[in-house]
Amino acid sequence: MIAYLLKRLIWLPVVLWAVSSLTFLALRIVPGNPIQTVQNQVMDKRQLAQVEAVWGLNRPIGEQYLNFLSKLARGDLGLSMSSGVPIRRMIFERMPPTIELAIVSLVISTGIGVLSGVASVAIRNRAIDYSVRTASILGLSLPLFWVGIMLIILFSVNLRWTPTSGRIGAGVDYEVITNFMFYDLIATGNWEAFSSFLRHLVLPGVTIGLTSAGFVARLTRSAMLEVMSSDFIRTARAKGLHERRVIWQHAMRNAMLPIITLQGLQFGAILGGAVITERVFSYPGMGTWLLDGILERDYSVVQGGIIFVALAYVLMNMLVDLLYHIIDPRLRQPGA
Amino acid sequence: MAAFWRRYDIALVGSAVFGFVLLVTVFASLVAPYDPMARDIKNRFAGPSAAHAFGTDQLGRDVFSRVIHGGRPILSASFSAVVCALAIGASIGIAGGYLRGWLDTALMRLMDVMLSFPSILLAILIVATLGVGLLNVTVAIGFAMVPVFARLARSIVITLVFEEYVLAARSLGASDRHIVWKHILPNMMPPIIVQASAMLAVAIGTASALNFIGLGVEPGSPDWGMMVAEGQRLIFDAPHVPLFPGLVITITVLSVNYMGDGLRDHLDPKLRRQGD
Repeated sequence: MIAYLLKRLIWLPVVLWAVSSLTFLALRIVPGNPIQTVQNQVMDKRQLAQVEAVWGLNRPIGEQYLNFLSKLARGDLGLSMSSGVPIRRMIFERMPPTIELAIVSLVISTGIGVLSGVASVAIRNRAIDYSVRTASILGLSLPLFWVGIMLIILFSVNLRWTPTSGRIGAGVDYEVITNFMFYDLIATGNWEAFSSFLRHLVLPGVTIGLTSAGFVARLTRSAMLEVMSSDFIRTARAKGLHERRVIWQHAMRNAMLPIITLQGLQFGAILGGAVITERVFSYPGMGTWLLDGILERDYSVVQGGIIFVALAYVLMNMLVDLLYHIIDPRLRQPGA
Repeated sequence: MAAFWRRYDIALVGSAVFGFVLLVTVFASLVAPYDPMARDIKNRFAGPSAAHAFGTDQLGRDVFSRVIHGGRPILSASFSAVVCALAIGASIGIAGGYLRGWLDTALMRLMDVMLSFPSILLAILIVATLGVGLLNVTVAIGFAMVPVFARLARSIVITLVFEEYVLAARSLGASDRHIVWKHILPNMMPPIIVQASAMLAVAIGTASALNFIGLGVEPGSPDWGMMVAEGQRLIFDAPHVPLFPGLVITITVLSVNYMGDGLRDHLDPKLRRQGD
């Protein structure tokens, strides 16, 4: 297992190099650069050339690439070309909100998805099974952005239970320690801010959670159907075990691998792919930051952000593999 | 026959609904009661009524007519993207799976790198590189889907090459081109078609999302995604404006998903036995 993990770790820099090189090339493939895009209106040619020289954009592309790689190897992601703020600081600001959003939505989708998937297999009632199957296929057919807007109309505009956008109320004071508000606000005992934070997080979380619960429910159902016909389930029943124990302790443990894989991938996808949800709720996460960076052609933001997202994605896949070994003892055997 | 109908009734309903959506989209100009761009400021923000089934928007344009016209950009982009991704992805998968060796390793590592980007982000990056527009949205969606088809095709091909009929053809002296065209391609199509139908649903979702954030069509054009985006600004005055186009996207994707499920059940007997 350690050998396997080492092999995966050796691939990590290769994947990161490939991702960063592709991003570097993709951004420079078309004529023009961020300085020209943003400052064309207010600067003359001489001023433009000066600013390009400051950012090294006047150098040959090969030299820019080597410079970029050598900085990257030292962990230096540079400064944002549009705001001048260090990318590392921007990631510190933008990553925690997205991680919190990803965790909340995964909890919601796992809760709803696993429970309904198990219910449709365990309760052999055609109506429940049929409803779960219909609801799950509906869940994965719903456009995220539309669900978000419908939830805003219902809960924010009509019922006035939740705010329409943002991460925390505008006038709320709080102390930033890690920028993970869940931790910071509990650690400082700031319950007023905590309540505002939760009310801001619930709708984006439910939006992603509801739409991905459909995948989880379908996967749980098919994995459970396969496991429930195994010999060891028949043995467990023959021993006289209670059906609840058969399902949760024997069947579920075996059906968990595909669910963990899906949720691991989903977590990685949310880190960079929550663009749409974050946009609908004006939620200040990685997705909106990257989208703005892409649209402004801010090379540093896009490169730094995408490398970080790819890193998180690959590490998440490795974590999923580790969890496999914890859950399934057969994989711990030599040669597995 | 009755069992066939019971098993496939929902898939048939899905196919019928999707067929209906396609027909309405193709003949939009004949079906829509109003010009989708015609403004009637005096009548703006009107709720659903007999004259305007889905109400009117902030410029008094008929939402129903705009919804009827609004499927064209999304559906044409999604279809083209899936067809291109299938052709390119399956070719890469066949090349890797059939020839193996360094080519296979290089192609699959490239696919891994493409898969390590969240697909929506990859699509946005491509649109940002190529420029805003529906054609570029199509390219972006297709490009992001290539690795999915490539990986699936490769996984099928590496098992098919050991099938007895392929070995028999080879021992009779058939060329690689003959084996791929006459034996491998026809046998790998069923799962590829099932995957294509699933990817069509994903493509419709992605195209509407990209148009929602303004990367595909001009603001003001009749398009389901763009209409929801413009409707978000009207949630206090006219919530029906974002409601209807989103509902139509949902119904369309749902019908494609049901159609795909039916195809999968029909083409893959292993899944049919699981009752899934």
